[in-house]
Amino acid sequence: MTAPVLEVSDLRVRLRTPRGPADVVNGLSYTVGPGETVAVVGESGSGKSVSVLALLGLLPARVATVSGRALLQGEDLLTMKPERLRQVRGPGAGMVFQDPMTSLNPVLTIGRQLIEGIRAHGDVDKAAARRRAADLLGEVGLPDPERALDRYPHELSGGMRQRVVIAIALSNSPALLIADEATTALDVTVQAQIIDLVEKLQAERGTGVIWITHDLGVVAGIADRVLVMYGGRCVEDGTVDDVLERPAHPYTRGLLGALPDLAEPVDGVVPDLATVPGTPPPPTDLPKGCVFWPRCPVRGDARCEHEQPPLAVIGSAAATLPHRAATWCTEGPEGGRAG
Amino acid sequence: MSDDVLVRARGLEVHFPVRGQGLRRKQAGVLRAVDGVDLDILRGETLGLVGESGCGKSTLGNALLRLIPSTGGTIDFAGTDITSLSGRGLRELRRRAGMVFQDPFASLDPRRTVAQTVSEPLEVHGLRSGRSERAQRVGELLELVGLDPAVAGRYPHEFSGGQRQRVGIARALAGEPDFLVCDEAIASLDVSVQAQVLNLLRGLQRQLGLTLLFISHDLSAVRHISDRIAVMYLGRVVEIGPAAAVGTDPQMPYTQALLSAVPLPHPALERQRKRIVLRGDVPSPSAVPSGCRFRTRCPYVFEPCDDVDPALQPAGAPGQLAACHLHGVVGTPATAPDGVTAQP
Amino acid sequence: MTSQPGPAASSAPKPTAPLKPARPRWRETLGLLLRNPTAAVAAALLLGVILVAILDETLAPTGPNEIDVDERLQPPSGEHLFGTDDLGRDIFSRVILGAAVSLRVGLFAVGIALVIGSAIGLLAGYYGRWVDDVLMRFMDMLFAFPAVLLAIAVLAVRGPGSGNTALAIGIVYIPIFARVTRASVLGVREEVYVRASRSVGASDFRILTRHVLPNAAPPIIVQASISLAFAVLAEAALSFLGLGTQPPNPSWGLMLAEGRGYLQIAWWLAFFPGMAIFLTVLCFNLLGDGLRDVLDPRQRTLMGAASGAAPAGSEEGGDR
Repeated sequence: MTAPVLEVSDLRVRLRTPRGPADVVNGLSYTVGPGETVAVVGESGSGKSVSVLALLGLLPARVATVSGRALLQGEDLLTMKPERLRQVRGPGAGMVFQDPMTSLNPVLTIGRQLIEGIRAHGDVDKAAARRRAADLLGEVGLPDPERALDRYPHELSGGMRQRVVIAIALSNSPALLIADEATTALDVTVQAQIIDLVEKLQAERGTGVIWITHDLGVVAGIADRVLVMYGGRCVEDGTVDDVLERPAHPYTRGLLGALPDLAEPVDGVVPDLATVPGTPPPPTDLPKGCVFWPRCPVRGDARCEHEQPPLAVIGSAAATLPHRAATWCTEGPEGGRAG
Repeated sequence: MSDDVLVRARGLEVHFPVRGQGLRRKQAGVLRAVDGVDLDILRGETLGLVGESGCGKSTLGNALLRLIPSTGGTIDFAGTDITSLSGRGLRELRRRAGMVFQDPFASLDPRRTVAQTVSEPLEVHGLRSGRSERAQRVGELLELVGLDPAVAGRYPHEFSGGQRQRVGIARALAGEPDFLVCDEAIASLDVSVQAQVLNLLRGLQRQLGLTLLFISHDLSAVRHISDRIAVMYLGRVVEIGPAAAVGTDPQMPYTQALLSAVPLPHPALERQRKRIVLRGDVPSPSAVPSGCRFRTRCPYVFEPCDDVDPALQPAGAPGQLAACHLHGVVGTPATAPDGVTAQP
Repeated sequence: MTSQPGPAASSAPKPTAPLKPARPRWRETLGLLLRNPTAAVAAALLLGVILVAILDETLAPTGPNEIDVDERLQPPSGEHLFGTDDLGRDIFSRVILGAAVSLRVGLFAVGIALVIGSAIGLLAGYYGRWVDDVLMRFMDMLFAFPAVLLAIAVLAVRGPGSGNTALAIGIVYIPIFARVTRASVLGVREEVYVRASRSVGASDFRILTRHVLPNAAPPIIVQASISLAFAVLAEAALSFLGLGTQPPNPSWGLMLAEGRGYLQIAWWLAFFPGMAIFLTVLCFNLLGDGLRDVLDPRQRTLMGAASGAAPAGSEEGGDR
C-alpha cells in the first residue's frame, strides 16, 4: 500500500462561543490514500465541516483551539507556519465549498481568478497561465472555455460556477481535494454531472478526496470509505458497503431508516419512516457518556449513560479496511432499514 | 378519498417582466415562471410537485394560493373561480388554504412568541373570540404538531429547525384549512429531522383529511409522501401520474433523467446504475425553446419536437400523463415565431 | 389528542431546546446593552442628565436669572461651583436649568422627525412604486437644503424661541428618519415571515404594525439616539446664533455664546456649558453605538439560544 496523502490523528477542535466552549471535534482519526475517496457524513453540528476547516488553518485563531496531528504528505498541517500553509493550500490541498458564489470574487473575471491561483504557486508567465486556465475550464466541462475566461461569476449558472471552483481547486494539481457539501446547492441532474467530473479527474490524477456531505445517496455513489460523525466524533467508519449495507451504530441505522428510499418498491400503504427522535446536540452541551445515548433507541448497556464507547472493530479485524463503530451495543438488532 | 377536484388550474401563467438596463428600464423580455399549467388536485390527496430549481414549482404553489398574481389562465378552488377574488372572498381563501415555507429560520417573526405567531390566523379571521379561548386553541394546535403547549410563550430563536417547522405547520393549520401547500418544507432540515416532519405531515393529512401540495426537489421524499406526482420543467407540468408509476416507470425523458440522477443509499446498486446525464443546463425561463421545451437537452429528440409543443397525453400506467411526442404527436404546432425562440 | 395516537405521539420529540424561562425581548436587549461597559456608562450619565433636567428647580441652588451684581465673574468656588457670569448669575444653576431646555428641544425635535419621517419611510418602503417615488423625491428635496439654512428659514417665518427651534430641527431631520426607515423596511418587507403573515390573510395594516415596524425598528432607534446628540448640538448652534432660545432663559448654546466674549478673562463662562454639551452629545452617540451592536440581528443570533451552536456559521442551515 502506498503512503497515504493525508493522515489525521486525534484531531480536536474547541471553539470559544458566547455560550461557553464548544467541543466541536473530539478526537478524529482517519487516513486518505491516493485516489481514494473518503466521505464524511453527519448532520448539522456534527463537526464535519469544522474538522476540515481546521486542517487547512481556516478557522479564526481567536476562537479556535486545534490539537492533534494532520500529516499531508508527511508534513504536519497543524504545526505549519502560516506562510507555508498558504503555499500548501493550492498545490497540496484544494477546497470546494457548498456555495460557489461565496468562493468566487464577484468583481473579477473567472480568468483573473484562475490565473491568479496558477501564478501564485508556480513560476509561469501570463500567457502560459492563461492557456492553462482555458485547458482547465475545458477539462471541467465548461463550454467555450476561452470565452468563459472573460466572464464574471454572475454570468454563469450555479452548476457552471461550481465547475469553475473545482477548476480553481484543481489548478495546481493538489494531492488532496476537499469538497464540503459541494453539490448540496445543486440540482440532482447537475450534481450527477459534477460527481462524474470529480470521479473522472480523480481517476486521471490519483487525487485523494474528502467528500463532506449529509446525503447518504451521494456517499453510496462516490465513496470508497465512509466516516459517520455525530457530536464531533467518528461513531462509525468502514468501507462504503460495510457502513451503508451493514450499519452497526444505532445512529447510522437511524439515519438510513429515516431516509425515504426510491429503490424500494411501493405497493399498497407506504409505512411511516423510522425516525431518530430529538435533534442533534449542540457542541456546547454534549451529553455525558455515549454522545448518542439521549436519542438512542437501543441503550442496551449499562455503560451507555456514563462512558463514551471507543471505536472498536466489528467483524473481521484482518480486513485491510476494518469496519469500526463506537457503540456499546454491537449486538443490537441487525439491519438498519426499519420499515 | 372522494374523487372530486379541490384545486383546478387551467392554462395558468405567471409571467414576470424582465427589465432592461439603463435609465428608462424598458421591458426587455418576459420570464415565464409558470407557462400554461393545467393541473387538478383532488380532494384529500397528496400531490407531489417536483422539478429542479427555476422550474417554477414554487411560483406555481404561490400562484395557486393567490400569493403571487397570475398573468393568465384560471384557478378554481372548491368549485369557485378564485382567479380574481378580492376582499372578503380572498380572506376566506387565506383561511381555507395554508402554506408551509421552506426555511423555518426565516418564516417565523423573531419578535413574536410562538403563541402570537400561531394565533395570528385566529385573530385575523375572528375564529376564536377572547384571549383565553385563543390560548386554548393555540395549545391544541401545538399539541397537534407534536409540541408541548407550554412552549407557547417562547420566541423562535429558542427552538431547533425541526421544532420551528412544527410551529410553522401549526400556524398554517390554525384556520382549519382544506388545502395545504408545503413549499420545500423539509429542505432546510437535517436528515433525521426531515423524517420526523414527513411523518407529521402524512399523519396530519390523514387525520384532518387535508389536501396537500408537497413541493420539493427531493424525489425520494416526494414519492414517499405523495399519492400522485407532477413533474415540472421550465414552467410546465411535463408528467403527472400515480406516485408508484411516475416514481418507478416515468414516461417523459426528463423525468427519466431526473429519476436516474437521484443518488440512492445503496453502494452496490449505485455502482451498476446507469445514469442518464443530460447535456448542458436548463434554458432560462426568459428564453423558452420553441416546440417541446425539453428538446434542447432531450436524448431522444426527433422530427416533431422542434415545431410542436407537446400536450399531456396518456402514457404508461392508468392515470399517468406525459407531455412527450414519443407517445404520439399531440400538441400545439409552433405558430409564427413570437420572438422567444431560444438557442444559446 | 388523547384518544388516538396522532402524528404527534408517534414522531414528536419533547422539545429540548428551551431551558430558561422566556423573557420579554426588551429586557433581554437591555441586559445585553448593560453588558457593554461604554454603553452602560453612557446610559447612566444620560439618566443623570435627564434626572437633573426633571428636578431642575429643586437642584439649582439659585434661580437661573437671579442677578447679583456684586458677585460678577466669580471663578468656581465652594459657593458658586461653576462660578458666576457677567451679571453675577450662578452658572451651576444655569447649566442645570439649561439641561431641561436643551433636552426638551432635543426630544421634541427628534420626536417630530421620528414620527413623521418614519411614517413616510414606512409607507415608501412598504408600498414602493409611485408612493416611494413621490415621497422619497420630496425627502430628497428637503435633504438637499443646507440644514442650518432650512432651520433659519423656519425660524425666520415662525420667530425665534425654543418651541420653534425644536420644530425647525425636527423638520430638518425628517428626511434622515424617512431614509433610515425606508431602507430598513425594504429589507423586512421581503422576509419570509411577512409573506407567511400575508398567506394567513393578515391585512396590510396588521402586517405593517405587527411585523414590519417592530422588525424595522432597531436602526430607527439607533438613529434616534444619534439624532438626539445632533439635535442638542443644533439647538446650541441656533441659540448661539441668536435664533434659538432667547435670553435671559438659560440654554447651553446661548450660554456658550454669551461666554465667548469673556474667554480671555473668565474661561468658566463658556467651559461648563461647553462641557455639558460635549458630555451629553458624546453619551447619546455612545449609547447609539451600543444600541446598534445589541439590536443587530447577527449579534442577536450569536448571543441568542439557537439550537446547534453552529461554529463559524458553517453548518447551521447548510443542509438541504
